[in-house]
Amino acid sequence: MSTRQSLEDQTQSFSPQSLSGKGTPLRDRIFMWALFLALAVGVFTLAVLLIYVTVKGWPRLDLRLITNMPSVRDPENAGAQSALTGSIWVIAFTALIALPMGIMAALYLEEFARPNSKFQRFIEVNIQNLAAVPSIVYGILGLAVFARALALGQSVITASMTLALLVLPVIIISTREALRAVPRSIRDGSLALGATEWQTAYRQTLPAAIPGIATGTILALSRAIGEAAPLLLLGAVSFITFNPDGVLSNYTTMPIQIFNWTKESREEFQILAAATIVLLLVILLAMNFIAIWIRNRTQKRW
Amino acid sequence: MSTINPDVTALTAAANSLRQSKPHYGERVIRGLLLLAAVVSVLTTFGIVISLLIPSIEFFTEIPMGDFLFGTTWTPLFMNGEFGVLPLVSGTLVITGIAIIVAIPLGLGSAIYLSEYASLRVRKVLKPTLEVLAGIPTVVFGFFALEFLTQLILVKIFPGIEVFNALSAGIIMGIMIIPTIASLSEDAMAAVPSGLRDGAYALGSTKRQTAMKVVIPAALSGIVAAFVLGISRAIGETMIVTIAAGLQPQLTLNPLQGMQTMTSYIAAAGSGDLATGSIEYKSIFAVGLLLFILTFVMNVFSIRLVRRFRQVYQ
Repeated sequence: MSTRQSLEDQTQSFSPQSLSGKGTPLRDRIFMWALFLALAVGVFTLAVLLIYVTVKGWPRLDLRLITNMPSVRDPENAGAQSALTGSIWVIAFTALIALPMGIMAALYLEEFARPNSKFQRFIEVNIQNLAAVPSIVYGILGLAVFARALALGQSVITASMTLALLVLPVIIISTREALRAVPRSIRDGSLALGATEWQTAYRQTLPAAIPGIATGTILALSRAIGEAAPLLLLGAVSFITFNPDGVLSNYTTMPIQIFNWTKESREEFQILAAATIVLLLVILLAMNFIAIWIRNRTQKRW
Repeated sequence: MSTINPDVTALTAAANSLRQSKPHYGERVIRGLLLLAAVVSVLTTFGIVISLLIPSIEFFTEIPMGDFLFGTTWTPLFMNGEFGVLPLVSGTLVITGIAIIVAIPLGLGSAIYLSEYASLRVRKVLKPTLEVLAGIPTVVFGFFALEFLTQLILVKIFPGIEVFNALSAGIIMGIMIIPTIASLSEDAMAAVPSGLRDGAYALGSTKRQTAMKVVIPAALSGIVAAFVLGISRAIGETMIVTIAAGLQPQLTLNPLQGMQTMTSYIAAAGSGDLATGSIEYKSIFAVGLLLFILTFVMNVFSIRLVRRFRQVYQ
């Protein structure tokens, strides 16, 4: 009823003026500015955050950050080298595990499974659920299965396998979207020429979808680089002053190193944490730019 | 699509029957391998459930479930420690509550602006900017909450505030889930057919009336799904609360005090070197199970809602 009444009110007050666009009611203008303000708060906070960590970390943003090891006694000269190399090791193996598995699963769901079969639905819902499971729960899984049951301990490979499971849903979902964007006619043409289903998928559909897959994968991996919670359970918090030398080596990562320094009370460590945050954000930003660049460069209109 | 599919299979079948001599065994092997990769996701779910359940069951043979669920003292590391989970639950709820108060108006407001008001050019700049927020690692948000929000801002407004407090963690967590709520709500609003908007305009509605009385009701299930997913994110978030909200389990509603949440207990207890069979070790899994059940129920609900609004308009 009230809707109708207000519409009637509107109809009565409808004048040629409002057609010319000048007569926007005050309430509507306030509403619009309130919406804009809501959006501005998020953007503004982001700007404050970026400026704050840069200014705070500025005194320590030099090469020592990547050439020196962490130190409890000498924060003036301490660096984050072991965390940087640890992050690289962990992410490299995360990618090695998650990429083939994610692409294969997506290929199956998109190209081979009977569309809308019960099984496909089940796996789909399952993947959506997994994508929303809190990351610390993956840490519990990694602790119980990889670290203790498989006795891999607090090693790079435990962390990589756990993070691989964590990003797998994201990789599968984005790969499926990329595959779906490849037009049906490409597949039909290939099949009509006598190619088998796998030949079609591997030689036609997959190559056509690679830019989309690359974009989605890079974004998923950049999430894994910034992830700290599951690694807290997997031994990354121990004080590490060496670079990993194998998959069974102990390790720490950049987010964990930031976390450790945040816990220290001395101001030098907070500055060091801020500097490491800037380094981490620069790496993430670079990855995002690469992802966007690939997307823009290779965007095909079918 | 579905009308083309049978033709194609029929064609492939026909093509295959032309050269029956060579059955594609390799094809079947590959298909099996791909299926196996897809099944990994199911195995992951099973792995999570089993690795949570077994130690939890052992935990509940030592600590009665009633004591766990309704106990008001959480002192797992004391001699004869008590395992009442309510302080952790209340900590989680207070911080999530603050996050929601921040994130729902800001996220929904951003979504309405982007979907109904922003010009294409403004949208092209602001939307990715908002998405950058979603890409900031949570450990960075935690650092920001503790070092900036608490120590430079909140201490001046609330002189009695503790260094580790629920308020700063809640506010920053709210900022963190803005993109989740905004982008999902915006998707839902974008899916509302423009015919509905045109109808409202034709009846003389203003933009605000169209947005509030036509678009939002039409997109409501998607918007609620966005809220639920945002809340589930907040409940499961670990690093911000671990860094900024402190580690004392307290049954209090005062946001100026420190609190421990379910996630920050798991993080704190799990990062110590606990012996595998000990009751403290098992308590990680019991709290984890509770956390998993809570977020799982919300996620399932949210996925159902999203599916519903997709069915209506697509």
